[in-house]
Amino acid sequence: MSETSTETRAIALASAPRGGDDSAERRQIFRHWPVYLTLTLGAIVMTFPFVWQFFTAFKTYDVSVKVPPVLFPDPWTLENFVEVFDTLPFAQMFANSVAMTAGRTVGQVVLCTMAGYAFARIAFPGRQVVFVLFLSVLMVPSQLFILPQFEIMQALGWVNTLQALIVPGIFSAFGTFLMRQFFMSLPKELEEAARLDGASVWMTFWKVMVPLAKPGIVALSVFTVLWSWNDLLWPLVINSDPDKMPLSVGLATLVSVHAVDYPLLMAGSLMATIPMLVTFMILQRQFIQGIAFSGLKG
Amino acid sequence: MATTPLASRSVARSATKVRRGASPSGPGRRRGTAGTSPWWALLFVGPMALGLGAFYLWPTVRVFLLSFTESGPFGGGTFVGLDNYVELFQDPDVLGALRNTFVYAAIALLGIPISIAIAVLLNTPGLRLRGMYRTLYFIPVVTMPAAVGLVWRMIYNGEYGILNQFLGVFGIEGQSWLTNPNTALIAITAVGIWGGLGTSVVIFLAGLQGIPESLTEAASLDGAGPIRRFFSITMPMLSPSIFFVSVIGIIGSLQVFDLIYMMLGRNNPALPDIRTIVFLFYEAGFIQNDRGYAAAIAIVLFVIILALTGMQFWLQKKWVHYE
Repeated sequence: MSETSTETRAIALASAPRGGDDSAERRQIFRHWPVYLTLTLGAIVMTFPFVWQFFTAFKTYDVSVKVPPVLFPDPWTLENFVEVFDTLPFAQMFANSVAMTAGRTVGQVVLCTMAGYAFARIAFPGRQVVFVLFLSVLMVPSQLFILPQFEIMQALGWVNTLQALIVPGIFSAFGTFLMRQFFMSLPKELEEAARLDGASVWMTFWKVMVPLAKPGIVALSVFTVLWSWNDLLWPLVINSDPDKMPLSVGLATLVSVHAVDYPLLMAGSLMATIPMLVTFMILQRQFIQGIAFSGLKG
Repeated sequence: MATTPLASRSVARSATKVRRGASPSGPGRRRGTAGTSPWWALLFVGPMALGLGAFYLWPTVRVFLLSFTESGPFGGGTFVGLDNYVELFQDPDVLGALRNTFVYAAIALLGIPISIAIAVLLNTPGLRLRGMYRTLYFIPVVTMPAAVGLVWRMIYNGEYGILNQFLGVFGIEGQSWLTNPNTALIAITAVGIWGGLGTSVVIFLAGLQGIPESLTEAASLDGAGPIRRFFSITMPMLSPSIFFVSVIGIIGSLQVFDLIYMMLGRNNPALPDIRTIVFLFYEAGFIQNDRGYAAAIAIVLFVIILALTGMQFWLQKKWVHYE
């Protein structure tokens, strides 16, 4: 795998140890000042909303509506966070979001890896027909499935349940396609050697191919985690019981109750975004590569 | 691991494969590992095939059928032929929503030149802090649109929003951005661009880093200035990435929902004027419970996405360069 190609080179360049002629380097930075200025202004535009969100969450309502606005809370208060938990079963919603994200991701990783492997490596009758059927799902916008999926959930008695959030999301044509492409790019020699040594199909898949497919699995996981955590429309239509809602729908409920109490809304939205933000900070490279690789935002 | 331009190219290529369908050179003829019983495939593909069939393939058929029915008060539907479609194209709400969706998608395309510019700056040789900038630009991508929508709603607020204060410094009179039908759609699209910038910057940056230095060096030796080099070398070399980002971007724009839903309250006076097509679908299907009509709206969205994507694939021959 040439993971060490451009990405890593960029990171290596950015974090290269200082060396060589210090003054030449300083001249270089000086010559590039318009580049740094533009990029920094851009970075402020990209991140300032989150700074504003953070500080507002700790403001009292009166301070939040001051004109001209003030950046820092005075006094600092945790009242808004308490009120979020009073208004909504927020802890339960948090648990629902975690369960929805974990369930969909684990399910997709297992099923897409297996199906992708079969499409790449096992000859079976009708493979092309089935594959084209899978691909056709990729072309259809997700809103198209919602009404019939809703009917299916009604028929199963799954409206307002946790499994309604998870089960349709563990099947993915996109994930299958992604994993198939990945397996196709791997050399065949290793698994052929394993088979010659007497390993079963399952052992070959599990012990040889899955470890090799790790970068693909990481990309698929990142994509599925983000999409699940942020998903709004499906949970919104299927679960109207607050105890069964994920955080995204919880925020929609919060805003329908407290339309302009921004400190309260920011406290809620802060708690909904922080877990993903922290995960991103820890796994930056995997996130950026995963999203770029799958090329989509949730 | 495949870098992004490869990924984008494989998407383009796979599309040609679909078109080729069952031709003998199609995907994987004689690609199986020798000696693997086809029965294993049942175990490997079976669960996914069942799930996709039940939750995605059947619903695609079902929603077509639904679109020819009118929903009764107790859920049952009666066959009404093309009535829903006829009604749809005379419905000012639908026509307005179509217009808004197209306007949104068109404005959102501005994100492409912006992110190319950022990627070019990030690609400056010897630039320090490249990793940090990239991370900062990427943060909006990983934050929940529902939450981000609320943050921007506060920033755009007409009475005490920070944006108006900022504009006031330059002597620009602010306004209530999200309740004014003339500005609300633009304000929301700006947030859409802001939220998607990180993804396209990363894709373009990978594309730029794939351009061999020898090419640009040769051009400089031949006397081409930076602007000439950008348009004669960088842009053509970057065109597969641009194509990929615009295909994905337009598909995403046509489906915009979260931001509209979160940034406009239910009582927002601008709401009727700036609803998008998916928003209308949601209202028809789940607020008014008019399933047949909602299904017809979804089908129209599908056809539009298919047509625009097909058009882009057709047009790409004229401007996308694959080495």
